Amino acid sequence: MKALAARRHHRSAPVVLLLLALLVTGGVYAVLAPSQARADTASTQDIETGKKLFQANCATCHGLDAQGTETAPSLIGVGAASVDFQVSTGRMPAEINGPQAQVKPRQFDDDETAALAAYVASLGAGPAIPTDEQVDPAKGNPATGADIFRTNCAMCHNAVGAGGALSEGKYAPSLFKTSPRNIYQAMLTGPQSMPVFNDANITPDEKRDVIAYLVAQRDGSPGGATLGSLGAVSEGIWAWIVGIGLLVGAAVWIGAKSS
Amino acid sequence: MSESKTDVTVHPDAEHPEKFSDPGLPSHRPRQADIDPKADKRAERQVVVLFLLSVIGTIVALWAYFAVRPDGTTGGVRTSTLTLGIAIFFALAGIGIGAIHWAKTLMNDHEMVEERHQARTTGETREIAVKKLQDGIKDSGIGRRGVLKGVVVSALALFPLTIAVPLISSVGGDWDVSKFRDTLWKKGTRLTYDPTGRPIKASDVTLGSAVHVIPEVTEEYRTTDEWITEKAKAVVLMVRLDPRDLNPPAKQAGWDYDGIVAFSKICTHVGCPVALYEQQTHHLLCPCHQSTFDVAHGAKVVFGPAKRPLPQLPITVDADGYLVARDGFDEPVGPSYWERLK
Amino acid sequence: MTTTLNPEPTTLVGKSADYLDQRTGVGHAVKEFARKIFPDHWSFLLGEVALYSFVVLLITGTFLTMFFVPSMSLSVYDGHPETMNGLLMSDAFKSTLHISFDVRGGLLMRQIHHWAALVFVASLVTHMMRVFFTGAFRKPRELNWLVGFSLMVLSLLAGFTGYSLPDDVLSGNGIAIANGVVKSIPIIGSYMSYFIFGGEFPGDQIIPRLFTLHILLIPAIILALIGLHLMFVVVHKHTQYPGGGRKEMNVVGYPVFPVYAAKAGGFFFVVFAVLTLMGATMTINAIWNYGPFDPSPVSAGAQPDWYMLFLEGSLRLMPGQAEFVSWGDYTWSLNVLVPAVVVPGILFTFLALYPFIEAKVKGDTEEHHLLDRPRNVPTRTGLGVAFLTAFVVLAFAGSNDLIATHFRLSINEITWIFRVLIFVGPWFAFWVTRRICLGLQRKDRELVLHGHETGRIVRFASGEYIEVHRPLDEQERWVRVSYTANKPLELPAPTGPKGTKDRKYKSAKRWARLSRFFYEDRVEPVTPAELSAAHSHGEHDALPGGEEHAAVTSVHSTDAGERAH
Repeated sequence: MKALAARRHHRSAPVVLLLLALLVTGGVYAVLAPSQARADTASTQDIETGKKLFQANCATCHGLDAQGTETAPSLIGVGAASVDFQVSTGRMPAEINGPQAQVKPRQFDDDETAALAAYVASLGAGPAIPTDEQVDPAKGNPATGADIFRTNCAMCHNAVGAGGALSEGKYAPSLFKTSPRNIYQAMLTGPQSMPVFNDANITPDEKRDVIAYLVAQRDGSPGGATLGSLGAVSEGIWAWIVGIGLLVGAAVWIGAKSS
Repeated sequence: MSESKTDVTVHPDAEHPEKFSDPGLPSHRPRQADIDPKADKRAERQVVVLFLLSVIGTIVALWAYFAVRPDGTTGGVRTSTLTLGIAIFFALAGIGIGAIHWAKTLMNDHEMVEERHQARTTGETREIAVKKLQDGIKDSGIGRRGVLKGVVVSALALFPLTIAVPLISSVGGDWDVSKFRDTLWKKGTRLTYDPTGRPIKASDVTLGSAVHVIPEVTEEYRTTDEWITEKAKAVVLMVRLDPRDLNPPAKQAGWDYDGIVAFSKICTHVGCPVALYEQQTHHLLCPCHQSTFDVAHGAKVVFGPAKRPLPQLPITVDADGYLVARDGFDEPVGPSYWERLK
Repeated sequence: MTTTLNPEPTTLVGKSADYLDQRTGVGHAVKEFARKIFPDHWSFLLGEVALYSFVVLLITGTFLTMFFVPSMSLSVYDGHPETMNGLLMSDAFKSTLHISFDVRGGLLMRQIHHWAALVFVASLVTHMMRVFFTGAFRKPRELNWLVGFSLMVLSLLAGFTGYSLPDDVLSGNGIAIANGVVKSIPIIGSYMSYFIFGGEFPGDQIIPRLFTLHILLIPAIILALIGLHLMFVVVHKHTQYPGGGRKEMNVVGYPVFPVYAAKAGGFFFVVFAVLTLMGATMTINAIWNYGPFDPSPVSAGAQPDWYMLFLEGSLRLMPGQAEFVSWGDYTWSLNVLVPAVVVPGILFTFLALYPFIEAKVKGDTEEHHLLDRPRNVPTRTGLGVAFLTAFVVLAFAGSNDLIATHFRLSINEITWIFRVLIFVGPWFAFWVTRRICLGLQRKDRELVLHGHETGRIVRFASGEYIEVHRPLDEQERWVRVSYTANKPLELPAPTGPKGTKDRKYKSAKRWARLSRFFYEDRVEPVTPAELSAAHSHGEHDALPGGEEHAAVTSVHSTDAGERAH
């Protein structure tokens, strides 16, 4: 916050503000406008832009025509949802070829991401980006979502989505900060180690229920601090640190001679 | 060792006894409150304040109980728990800290000495005790009456069986452990989605999917305890691989349907649900103890404490295109047990 | 005649006391116990923490039983929270939700109860560590050690049975694992499983059964054993740390009434207060996250409460190859049996038998009421730390998935590291700890002989500089010199007809070898003669060091005892 205050008078401040305003307007528009428009009515111009972006940033690994190489899979038929998920969370373009692509600050803005998605979608039919209504947690039933989540997701992502370990250094990320759209896309497209949960397996309504359940977790816990929602291990550590810590402290005080 | 050179060991002599002698109790060091009447008063005031704090805590706790009602929402329950808990904390801590502070600062702190005695009794006591026992034995005549002794011991040893046998034999139900090998999967049983129970079309299982599967039963049956017990053996994980990636052992060749394979979800280690499927490596990982199974190779173990591969459920499609079991499991699912192969 | 000694009581208190005494003879007890002396030390309060947590468990547990329904009948839930509304669940789970979301103060009580359970076992273990490292288990307290050991085992059972009661997914998987472990037992395993579940896992009886164990049988036995434990404390009188005026046959401290009563009574409220604070502010066992039991789901980070983690870790570390099928097609699940039954069996047997083993290798038949400083018994301290290391490595292994996610490591690599550590760690810990103990003992000798460094440098007329050392006062010195360094057992000459082949002799030889392992390396306390020699040496500081003591025989086999290294 301090840094922000200091830069208020920076000479590029008006430009930044203008960009912010544009972003907000764009965001508001995106929320209000029928979003189906985003993926389906991609103009040929978008596809062209996307193609250029793709060739400049992604072709090294995925091949000039997205046909895939030894290091990265083919993107023909993965659909716009997959591209939007990978690029908007900053996972792609990947920095290093590790066991798992990391979440990092995104490299492309909304327009560029949309263009990339449009280009990849044009290569072969695949899952489209969900509409805002499809991912609206208010419209989902968190109880059904809890049931679906437990059976299909909790073994990797933990009971409330705190994340968990996979083999060989891979992991299922925490879902506490993932946007509803990204949650939906992940289920639909099965990024990286994650399996695909298509609409026959988890119906679109059920996917929204899952989102409702995960968003409900963001209210915190009725019992107080969540301790990371990690279960018995973190509870055990806190029992030792706080419980035994305070009580041994008290014992030392009782045993010490008064001055 | 370096100390060997610096440490000097000397034999005891008249002037230097073999051991140091006990210097006795350290002298008493008076506390502030012992010498300064002001400090004494101050300490007393502190104790009073602490106990008062407890009274206030109790009053606040009662107020919180009646005034802050949980409304069932996360926030509401949290507020109620927190206010009530913190108030009770003060009610308790006030008493505790007050009493201890009182003891530490105001009560007599001169150390006192008490003698100990050995745990064993004196020879005289022992003699009397032994004599009494001998008298008793003599009175009862148990030493002379051998048969009587035998019968008493037998009767006492046997009677617990009257409780133990009915208890133990009833507590295990029907003791029919062969049930471990039966599951709901029969030839032609449809595969359905867990937990919704919708049947699964083969065409709906896309490449890279992981589907949690239960056998088809009525919705009513799915609300019974019996179902839970059956489900504990019947859960299956189904995934679709590129058929070229599949490399099952000879016995299980052709148990897939176009790259769709179904394995028991109950770990062969100690029976956790092995549910964690990594789409790219085709590995199934058990989140309980990290046994890792390779689905592409008949779910053989590649890491961790399990030994045996997960049992595979042979599947095919019925006339309507729904996935069905071609047969039940050919071995008991779940953890190993003694007569598993009998 | 009595009237002359005891005039009729006039006050209300006096009258009540008289009434009671005439009917119970309580005067004896008051006379005996009111001013009984207890030594004061913070580490003596660890057992009290355990006792008080148990009382808190009884209080909050009684509250919970009023609302908990130990039944596995299934029905659809209609209530809070919204993430559970409309799901099928057992009465046990349903009533736990009811306690958490509808009963006022219910969640607070549940959380205090669970935190108290964790702290109960933790304080019990810490108390046990104190008793072990200070040698408070020695004669006449070996039996009380066994009572305490049984309490520890029972506390694990109490914890496990309680943890499973809400019938949620997490604890359900815990029971599933227990079922898998039981089934691995040769010959009777399958029947044991039926015995526990009344049929196949999970059936519909396990929750009511665990409930009876959890609220009746186990607490009743714990209470009885606590009574016995405390009775022994009264009979033996409490141990005390060495110090001026503290002898084997006395006890120095404060009287029960009023000092100890105020301190111990106050401490109960402090323990209760801390547990309440934890229950009020920190979520524990959020069953509304785990959901009602269903054999299909499992969540990442599926772990038992901390005291069971060592078993979990033991299971995780064991490679699967150990399972095999013997002739007759019988399955030996050693991959489960060894980590879940044999390993804890060895650890627990070691704990239970340790006092008897130590007495035997020491040839010790004396009563001991003065505690050891842990450094003065290096082998015991080393063994204790090695034991704890094994326990901690296993507990960490049981958390390997969380270590993997939080430190960005590969779970497979971590598992391999722990597989090595479980063998190397305890050895290394033993070796290092014993070294440290011997080092501290030498430091003590050094201090006694040469005193504290004062930092004051003095120049002699001759131009020589020395640093002035301040000698220890009597009390400081006494603490450091008043111990006995035990020596290994002498091996008696063979007496039996078969000479060295005699069974008894062979056994004695084995014990003597074990005794050497315990006591070969030792550091003797400073004797008065040594001290005076060191003084004359230090104060004159003129002669070349040590020469005037040439006549002195060096017994450094005892002092340094470096042969083994």
